[in-house]
Parts: sequence; structure tokens; C-alpha cells
Amino acid sequence: MAKVDAITGWRNLELGITITEPGNSRQLRTGDWRSQRPVTDRDKCIKCGMCWIYCPDIVYSPLRSGYFNWDENYCKGCGICAHECPKDAITMVMEED
Amino acid sequence: MPKRVGIEVSLAASEAACVADTDVVAAYPITPQTHIVEHLAELVADGKLDAEFVPVESEHSAMSVCVGSSAAGARTFTATSAQGLALMHEILFIAPALRTPIVMAVTNRALSGPISIWNDHSDIMAERDVGWIQTFAENGQEVFDLIIHAFRVAEDPQVMLPIMVNLDGFTLSHVIEPIEMLSASEVRKYLKPYKPRIVLDPKNPVTMGPVGMPEVYTEAKQQIEAALTDSKKVVVKAWEEFAKLYGRRYKPVETYRTKGAKIVLMTMGSVSETAMTAVDKMRDEGVPVGLLRFRLWRPFPLEEFKRAVKGVKVLAVMDRAISYGSRQGGPVFTEVRSALYGTPKAPQIFGFVAGLGGRDITVGTYEEMVDKAMRYAKKKKGPTYELIGVRER
Amino acid sequence: MEAALKNFKKFTPKSLPKVEPLAQGHRACQGCGEVLALRMALKAMGTNLIVASATGCMEIITSPYPQTAWNVPWIHVAFENAAAVASGVEAARKALMRKGRIPKQRTTILAVAGDGGTADIGLQALSGALERGHDFVYLCLDNEAYMNTGVQRSSSTPYGAMTTTSPPGKLSIGQNTWKKNMPAIAAAHAIPYVATASPAYYTDLMNKAKKAAMIKGPAYLHVYSPCPTGWRLAPELAVEISRLAVQTKVFPLYEVIDGRYVMSRKIKKPKPVEQYLKLQGRFRHLDKKTIQVIQDRVDREYETLVQKAAMSETEDELTE
Repeated sequence: MAKVDAITGWRNLELGITITEPGNSRQLRTGDWRSQRPVTDRDKCIKCGMCWIYCPDIVYSPLRSGYFNWDENYCKGCGICAHECPKDAITMVMEED
Repeated sequence: MPKRVGIEVSLAASEAACVADTDVVAAYPITPQTHIVEHLAELVADGKLDAEFVPVESEHSAMSVCVGSSAAGARTFTATSAQGLALMHEILFIAPALRTPIVMAVTNRALSGPISIWNDHSDIMAERDVGWIQTFAENGQEVFDLIIHAFRVAEDPQVMLPIMVNLDGFTLSHVIEPIEMLSASEVRKYLKPYKPRIVLDPKNPVTMGPVGMPEVYTEAKQQIEAALTDSKKVVVKAWEEFAKLYGRRYKPVETYRTKGAKIVLMTMGSVSETAMTAVDKMRDEGVPVGLLRFRLWRPFPLEEFKRAVKGVKVLAVMDRAISYGSRQGGPVFTEVRSALYGTPKAPQIFGFVAGLGGRDITVGTYEEMVDKAMRYAKKKKGPTYELIGVRER
Repeated sequence: MEAALKNFKKFTPKSLPKVEPLAQGHRACQGCGEVLALRMALKAMGTNLIVASATGCMEIITSPYPQTAWNVPWIHVAFENAAAVASGVEAARKALMRKGRIPKQRTTILAVAGDGGTADIGLQALSGALERGHDFVYLCLDNEAYMNTGVQRSSSTPYGAMTTTSPPGKLSIGQNTWKKNMPAIAAAHAIPYVATASPAYYTDLMNKAKKAAMIKGPAYLHVYSPCPTGWRLAPELAVEISRLAVQTKVFPLYEVIDGRYVMSRKIKKPKPVEQYLKLQGRFRHLDKKTIQVIQDRVDREYETLVQKAAMSETEDELTE
């Protein structure tokens, strides 16, 4: 995990509280919001990438093998990937407490 | 030697932005600012000023374009007045918050209603607390000089704040005066090209204007407050350097015949020249009166002001705007009195609201103020403030 | 316009860009269709980009200090002025490039706003920027109400929809006005490019975003952006509803290229509007009669659009 920018005293703030580290929202683990997680059955997966392109949270990333990696750190569990998968290869399962 | 030419003050303001090599001008026409933007449009059309002229559809957009332009690294100029300044209000707060060093000429005019195109300070006084440096010009030469000075100060790495240069609408903006016009090459000695530290650039992506949660909002505000307060040093130093290069000297608080004065008049803007005439006349008549003007209004020149009124017995403060319901007349009076609170041997202070919406301010107006203030002081009793010349029936 | 697109290479499902100008960790609601639409548009535009954002959901979910979801330069100033801020950025770069102070390189300037920031409070600034001809893209992410402030109606809210300020009641069916035709307003400025898009049709959306970025002058993209929270829609249905909106002709996909209307997708066998409405809680209260009124209006508006496209085709033939 990247170093979280501590909110410091005003003298240390960048001019206009500009954020100079691009994309540091990766520090925020929005996966905590999730109550269900998608599970992909690779036997059914045809590597079409619908899960990847339709994910609002940029959770899937293409692998060399053609499959897609799922990142538990950011998945909010909306279930779009499961709903849109043309082969019903993705199922939503409850997160265990 | 810079040449001295007879020129309308509005045009001189545009010429100042031109010799400062402004990159972007975004403005919307409003009386009495129009001649400034018209002339800037001409300068761009004739190729004398290499800038983008953005003829926006409102002042709100004018200021928004300026913020975008300045954030993208361009030297940015605009001008407005009254209703236009009020329409910018929302964005005026954001320009200093994003540390965009925009320079804006404000041709001071009365705010509606009733609608009035004539001069007073109600427009600028409604924008006291927006976080901009604010200077006031008394004559055409000052308008030209203060605009050059404004770019230098605004873009100083220690400052990085926007500046409003105030000039009275019509009574100053539309008069023709002899002005020493500095050339672009002369100005280059004083004003280096703008080098922003933070800029919108795909090579180095930054996020400007993020959401300020309660954990950081106070600190963000303090950053601006400190920058604005500390900017006074840079303002003064830049004036000192201006004097070295061009011979004209400016100070945050200007005094006129205050030596030995028991009573001091306080004014701002172009009416100060009439006030000087009034002071001369009253001095000739044996009244121990002097004059004090704020050239710098934000940041408030507290130390300079306190020094200037040391030993003064009575202060007659003229406001050109009303703070409705404050029961203290105008904002200048409120601030001046507050600045002196707790000062040992502070003068007695009386407020006078005058010259609203183009009502004439004559030598007689000043005589009336001084006369009244002296009388009230002698009795140790008088109204906190009054409207000069208001007809009761 | 056509000259600018001579070298246009379409995205296909196999050639989608991997770049993500928007980073993970943004705080959009579960199943947010708006951030999905934004992500797709940004992927198409790449990283040679400067974004001016209006106040709204996308601003708030991407930028609470000290974290940003932006991998590209981004500025937020206020609600109603994204188009004006973008104008300023564009003007600045134009001047600085001409004066040799920054490298001569065309960068996409993108203004992003919601429907409120576009069709209501930002309409004047947008009209000004389109009319002045700045070289920029304006992206309206239309989720059909003020979602960020708690689902209040906007002029882009569809007829019959329940919002917190258009509540159905004894005397009201909910929103009792018809959705403002924002793309037509943009097109009326005679700008080179206007298009509508839906995240369900991702290649179409991304191709339009790419075109908008490529052409010189103002381009306006109006993108359907489902809001599960505000529409009372199951979070997994954001893409499904985006598809249905097109298939029912509720949200037709088209382009207006140099004033000529081109249908992106002709709906030969439309699904009934009711099928679209019934998935969303915001329309739950509507009776059969009102649904028919909506159906008739949707049909009529679609027909108008088809006629405009047909007229454009005829004009093309005549000039040939």
C-alpha cells in the first residue's frame, strides 16, 4: 500500500491544496464496502473482457493468459460483471463476516 | 526616458496590460469599464498584443476563464465593474484559493439598486473578504503603474494571489491625463515572464481544487490568509524597486500635510486629489488638517496606518459605500476604528458616507466633514457616522 | 470535420485501450453508471488530456483531499462554469504555444459536468464556449437529476420520474415536464460534432469520445449515465438499463456531424417503454395511461430524429 498522505499543518500544504500525486486514490480500499464478491469460473470464461470494460470500479485487469484478474481491494460488489457476463461465468457470492 | 502622452485613463490601463505582455484577456463589457476591454480587443486585433482575447458571455465566465487560463500558466488580465464584479463574486473566492495570479482592473461603480452607472465604492467594498490583494489608484499614472506592479506582485512565488487595481469609474476612468507610458522593454526590466510552479500539464498531472473536507478546510483557509497578510512585504518591496527603476514612489498609506495635523481626513481613490485641495484651503485658513489615503486596502496596512495617525486627535473617515445595518456607516470606518481599538491615545473617530452613486464630492464636502468632526470632538459627542448631503425632505 | 477524421481508427472490442486515466479507489456508489461512462470516455481520450470538472458526483467522488482518482491534470472551480474554465485552459495553451512558451502539441481539453451542470446552471457558460468555438470537448454525464445533493429534479429529468423535488402525490405524477433536448441545443450552435452515447454500447461511446477529441473546435457528448441510487435501480443493472434505454428508443444513439444527423443504431424492433420504466423505482408510481403518454412521446421524438437523419442523407445525395 502506498504511503498515505497525512493531512499536515497548513505550512506543509501544497499551494491551493493541489494534489501532486496522480491517482493516489488507490490508497482508498473501497473493497471494504462489499457484501458480495464475484467469482469467475474459468472453465466457462471465454476471455471476452465484458467484466473488464463494464466495471465502474476498474477492478478487472487483463492478464497475459487472456483471462482477467479481479482486484479485491477495490471491488464494491455491484454485480455488473456477473450480470453482463455472456457465459454466466461469474457468480456473486456473499462475503463471509 | 519614457514618453509622456495625453491619454484616456482606461486606455492607459489597457496599455499597461499590453506592455506587461499579457497572454489571455477574458472580459465582458460593462459601463464604465468598456473602454478598457475595447482597447484591449483593438490591441489584439492590431497584433500589438500577442494574446488570446476571450469575449465571454458574462462576468461569471470572465472570471472562470481567467482562473482556467491562469491555472494553465498564462499571464491573465481582466476588468470589470459593479454588477459585473458582483456576478463574479462566487469565483472571486476561488481564484486566490487556487493561487491563480490574475490581475483585474475594477472601475468602481455603485451597485444596484437602484441601478446607477456612476462612481462609488459599493462594488469593491462588497468584495473585501475574497482573498485578493486590492490597491486603489488616484490618477491615471497610478492606474498604469499599479497594473504593472500588480503583475509583479501577484506572480511572485511568495505571493501567488490575484490582485484588483481599483480606479474610480468615469471620474478617473474616462478622463484624459498626461501619463508616462513605459514601453514593453522598460517593463521587462521589472517584470519577468510568469513561471508558474503548479500548472495544468499532461506531463505532470496535478489535481487542482480538490474537495476540502473538515480536516483540511481550515488549513487551506489559513494558507490564503497567511499568503495575503505576508504579501504586504512583497507589495512594498515591489514599489520600492519600481521607484528605483522609474522614479515614482508608492506606499501602502499615503499622507499629505499630516505633519502637525490635529485632525486627519481619510479617503481612498481619485477623490483624494480634491481632498488635497481642500486640505490646502483649510490649512491656509489655519485649520490643522492633514490627509491620509489607503493605496493598499488588502492586506490592510495596519502598521503603516497606526504609525500615520500617531498623535492625531481626530479622524474624519470618508466611506463611499454603506454597510447596511452595521450602524457604523461604511466599511472603511469600521475597519479603521477596529484597527485602533485598544491603542492608547487613539484619536476620536467620526464616519462620513459621501459620494454615493456619483453624488459630487467637492472641496466643500471635505470642509463640512472636517468642520463637523472637529465640533463633535470638542463636545466629545456626535453621531458615529452620517450621510453627507442626504436630503431629509 | 471529415478531414480531421480521415485517419480515424475505430476501437473494436479487440482493440480497446488499456490506459486508465481514472484510477481505482474513487468513491462512486456501487454500480454507478456515471463513473463507468466517464471511465470509458477517458480511456478513449487517453492521457494527453486536461480536464475541467463541474461540481457534482464525479467531482466529489474523485477528489476528496488528500486523494485524487485522476491520473491526468484536472481542475475543479465551481458548478456552472466547467465550459468557461475549459475555455480558459484552451485559450492559455493557444497563446503560450504561439508565443513559444510551451511545446506545440495539441492536447485534448475536456469539460465534464452532469445534467444539472449542463442543462440548468451551466447552460449559459456552455453556450458561450460552444459559440466562441474553443477547441474542446464537453462531456455531459446525464443521470437525469441532481444526484449529488440528494436526487432533486433537473430540466433533464424525464417526464413522470420521482425525485425529491418532483414527488408524485395526489396532485402530481412526479416530474411533469419533458426532458430538455440538450444535444439539440448543442447542435443549434452549429458546432462540428455532437453525439449521444450509452455505456452499454461501449465501442460506440469510446469511438465517439475519440472522434470528439480529434476534431478541431467544440464537440459535445451527451452520455446516458444511470444512477442506481437515484433511480431506485438494482446496482447490477446499470449496463442493462443503458441498453434498454436505447432498445426502447428512450435514449437514441446518434451523431450530428457538421449539422448532419446520423443514426448510430437504428431500432427496428423497439421494446416497449414499459419494460424500461418498470425496472426503476423512480417510475414505479406511473399508471398505464401515463406510460402510454410516455410511449407516444418517445415514438414521436424518435421519428423526428429519424426524419432529420433521412433529410441529412438526402442533402448529402443532392450535394454529391
